[in-house]
Amino acid sequence: MTTFLQQLVNGLSLGSIYALIALGYTMVYGVLRLINFAHGDVYMVGAYVGYYLSRLLQRKEPSLASALLVMLGSMIACALLGVLIERLAYRPVRKEARLTLLITAIGVSLFIENVAQLVFGPDPKFFPSLAPRTDFRFGGMRLTSEQITVIAVSLLLMVLLRFFIMKTRTGKAMRAVSFSLDAAKLMGISTDWIISVTFALGSALAASGGVLIAMQIPKVDPLMGIPYGLKAFVAAVLGGIGSVPGAVLGGLLIGTSEVMVVGYLSSTYRDAIAFGILILVLILRPQGLLGRVHKEKV
Amino acid sequence: MRGWIAAAGVFVGLLFLNGVFVGSVFPGFALPPYLLQVLCLAGINITLAVSLNLINGFTGQFSIGHAGFMAIGAYASAYFTVTFGEALRSALGFLPEFARDGAVLLVALTIGAVLASIAGFFVGVPSLRLRGDYLAIVTLGFGEIIGVVILNIDAVGGARGYSGIPKLANFFWIYLFAAATVLVVHRIVHSSFGRTLVAIREDEIAAEAMGVHTTRAKVISFVVSSAMAGVAGGLFAHYLMYINVRSFTFLKSFEIIIMIVIGGLGSITGSVLGAVLYISLTEGLREFAQYRMVLFSLLLIILMIVRPQGILGHKEFVTFLTKRRRSLGAAPGTPGA
Amino acid sequence: MRFRVLAAVCMAAVLAVNVSCGSKGSQKEILIGEYGSLTGGIATFGISTKNGSELAFQEINAKGGVLGKQIKLLVEDDQSKPEEAGTVVTKLINQNGVSAVLGHVASSHSLAAAPICQSNQIPMISPSSTNPRVTQVGNYIFRVCFIDPFQGAVMAKFAADTLKFKKVAILVDVRSDYSVGLQTFFRQQFRQLGGEVVVEQSYSQGDSDFRAQLTAIKAANPEAVYLPGYYTEVGTIVHQARELGITVPFLGGDGWDSPKLWEIGGAAMNGCYFSNHYSTDDPNPAVQKFVADYKAKYGQVPDALAALAYDAARVLAAAIEKAGSTDGAKLRDAIGATKDFPGVTGTISINADRNAVKPAVILKVENGKYLLVETIKPEAVKL
Repeated sequence: MTTFLQQLVNGLSLGSIYALIALGYTMVYGVLRLINFAHGDVYMVGAYVGYYLSRLLQRKEPSLASALLVMLGSMIACALLGVLIERLAYRPVRKEARLTLLITAIGVSLFIENVAQLVFGPDPKFFPSLAPRTDFRFGGMRLTSEQITVIAVSLLLMVLLRFFIMKTRTGKAMRAVSFSLDAAKLMGISTDWIISVTFALGSALAASGGVLIAMQIPKVDPLMGIPYGLKAFVAAVLGGIGSVPGAVLGGLLIGTSEVMVVGYLSSTYRDAIAFGILILVLILRPQGLLGRVHKEKV
Repeated sequence: MRGWIAAAGVFVGLLFLNGVFVGSVFPGFALPPYLLQVLCLAGINITLAVSLNLINGFTGQFSIGHAGFMAIGAYASAYFTVTFGEALRSALGFLPEFARDGAVLLVALTIGAVLASIAGFFVGVPSLRLRGDYLAIVTLGFGEIIGVVILNIDAVGGARGYSGIPKLANFFWIYLFAAATVLVVHRIVHSSFGRTLVAIREDEIAAEAMGVHTTRAKVISFVVSSAMAGVAGGLFAHYLMYINVRSFTFLKSFEIIIMIVIGGLGSITGSVLGAVLYISLTEGLREFAQYRMVLFSLLLIILMIVRPQGILGHKEFVTFLTKRRRSLGAAPGTPGA
Repeated sequence: MRFRVLAAVCMAAVLAVNVSCGSKGSQKEILIGEYGSLTGGIATFGISTKNGSELAFQEINAKGGVLGKQIKLLVEDDQSKPEEAGTVVTKLINQNGVSAVLGHVASSHSLAAAPICQSNQIPMISPSSTNPRVTQVGNYIFRVCFIDPFQGAVMAKFAADTLKFKKVAILVDVRSDYSVGLQTFFRQQFRQLGGEVVVEQSYSQGDSDFRAQLTAIKAANPEAVYLPGYYTEVGTIVHQARELGITVPFLGGDGWDSPKLWEIGGAAMNGCYFSNHYSTDDPNPAVQKFVADYKAKYGQVPDALAALAYDAARVLAAAIEKAGSTDGAKLRDAIGATKDFPGVTGTISINADRNAVKPAVILKVENGKYLLVETIKPEAVKL
């Protein structure tokens, strides 16, 4: 029983990371109907920024303050990156066919990955400890402080995001744009600004995920965004793309099922499980668990 | 009649070229082996690009799982040759050496193509009910799942890759199938079925309203396309003698997409051009391998912003030569449409 | 129209560059090719191997070279991808015209490239691929190290007889021929010696999260965990294992041998053991001289891979000298006839299977150092 609970905790902590990344996907899709393939790579950049920042801070004693500083720095850097991507690559093709947008997104993703390999070097780098480490034990289970941090911080960020979207004016504008871009424009909302904010927010969340994961699994490499990005996207679709609570639910579900499959079945099926779930969902309930059905008008 | 003569001409021509390149025709002259390898890889890419274009370019369905069908073709045909190749060879002892090799290769490729098309059917039926982005992701997912399944089959080497495949493919076979692929796709596209596919691409709901069985048409083109990808995969395996699941990931699918996008989505010539361009740049820039992909991805982004229809757009090479401006991409209502 | 012309011009230019590229050896040089992973997850292997062979050829060239000619080493990177190995070896053979090939450390990569060397009749010497299938590819393929049936048995013997363990878990890297092969042999021998494998879990090279597998292993309560993988994952795995409360020692093979192992795993690695080809603690003066020379040139202590590469390069040079030419068939025979060659990793004799039969050492990880614990001779292990 304790093994099962331990695996559950493992799954929840992994799932929280997926949720953080999935939120970015779902928000961007909501406003632009675009699958931002480059999102996973923003997450990777976030982890690297965190790595370099923590090297810069060079504290002998890992402390909570430096951890916070690193996370904030990374989030800001990636928010800027997200806005840059949108401005340079996506805005010029916004009016084009969906296929063109998708290909552009693939291009941006490949570009970031390969530039990262050039700039950071293709070898994995190892992350130093940021926050002080303690272990908690319940029965036979062991929770590292890192796992708890991941779950706690993710929850906090998600709650903040929800508050932002529901209670602030910008958040309301975001919801309006995702409902109908043209109507929002007619209502006087500066859609370009809102889209930039969406990208910034999503990228910041992905960056936080990157720093959190790098604290847990002390390894960063330029291609780490690919598996996490894909599975986070699956999570967003599972929860209902365009739905913020859906992304969270999807992330936790994918993370938990992945850990269960690896622990109880075989690790080689690890990647297949996410896609298997995706295919099932798309065939049986394409709008996802919490999504709305979009009627296509002609 | 003219068609048969042309086909025979191509057949003999390729045989001759193959002999020249290998050095058996003009003594002392042989193509540098490295160049021959680049040409052969280009030929395989042509088959892949043209077959993918049938789905993405002409039917307008965005599939990014093509590498999965290539993988099935590669592994299935390789398994056949490694396991049953010798038996077949001895059964055909009365034939000369090259004929025996050719026979084994043909059977292997057929098996690869059939299995790939079956996979295409099973992927196509559920997926093709979805539109645009969702279809893209589902096909990506299927491609990955195929990879994971192969990874778990120990008989074909699993994660370590499959080695020991005899080198049965050469310039002749590769380009024969490339030419065949171009021919098949060309005939499909210029038939009434092809019109159906283009109709689906232009406006699926209108096509459905006009009585076109859209899902059925999409599945058929998907199956044909995957069969051809399977052939390309088999040729790949029998040329490189070693295959590994890691060669068939979505990165490979993206590469094929780059090829057809550069050339032009609705143009067969474009795909050929894109494939050759891609492999030339890849090999030519091998010295600068680190910058290669950076360059490609940047090129892709710029291309999408500046000229999303690719180099040839919807036009074929022929339309530049002849006066008949009959291209399949012309807007309805304009002359020549 | 303009685009098409531009495209055609690009193509022609690129192809032209292609044909003219590629250095061929002059009459005054002997070209040797080497393929390794200089970047990616097993990069230290490739770099160590390159350093070792370069040191060897530098020494040989300083003494006048081989057959009066200087040896030029061309090294290509396969980015830790086995599918790239075949491509770069093809380039070395076809475009650069090398007379022989050194490589690879990782068995999967060797298996990808060996058929190419074999069909081109170019001799290939692997310094440290231990999977038995590598030399089975053909008679042009050799190695100067021991093979995994022996290595797996060695650790099994150590675990059962010296450490007196009865219950062991296995965590295998399914992406690696080396790992899969090694654990098979370990398991066989361990069972023969009366031990039991209580649980088996797997992972893929490149994974970063192993908690699920480790939790399952913990539940089975083994006395040790056999982890025959490569150092990048091993360090991360043991680190995560300690976090989960797994305190038993981890056992491994020569894939652990890298200075980065300690860097990645840290204090978690203390008390773990792995089998290897040589130890820097070996009092043999030839070994100590090699260690000193290597340290002087590269600033770090040579690992087993560097030492094996050093030996492989010297074996190759000696074979060229003995064959009197770089002709493929003659060189092949000369390599195969290598007997009692004094290597820094032990006395090297190539047997009929084109493998080397040598003793293995067991090293213990202690505070950043790898200490020699035991030497196990081939005769001591009943295969």
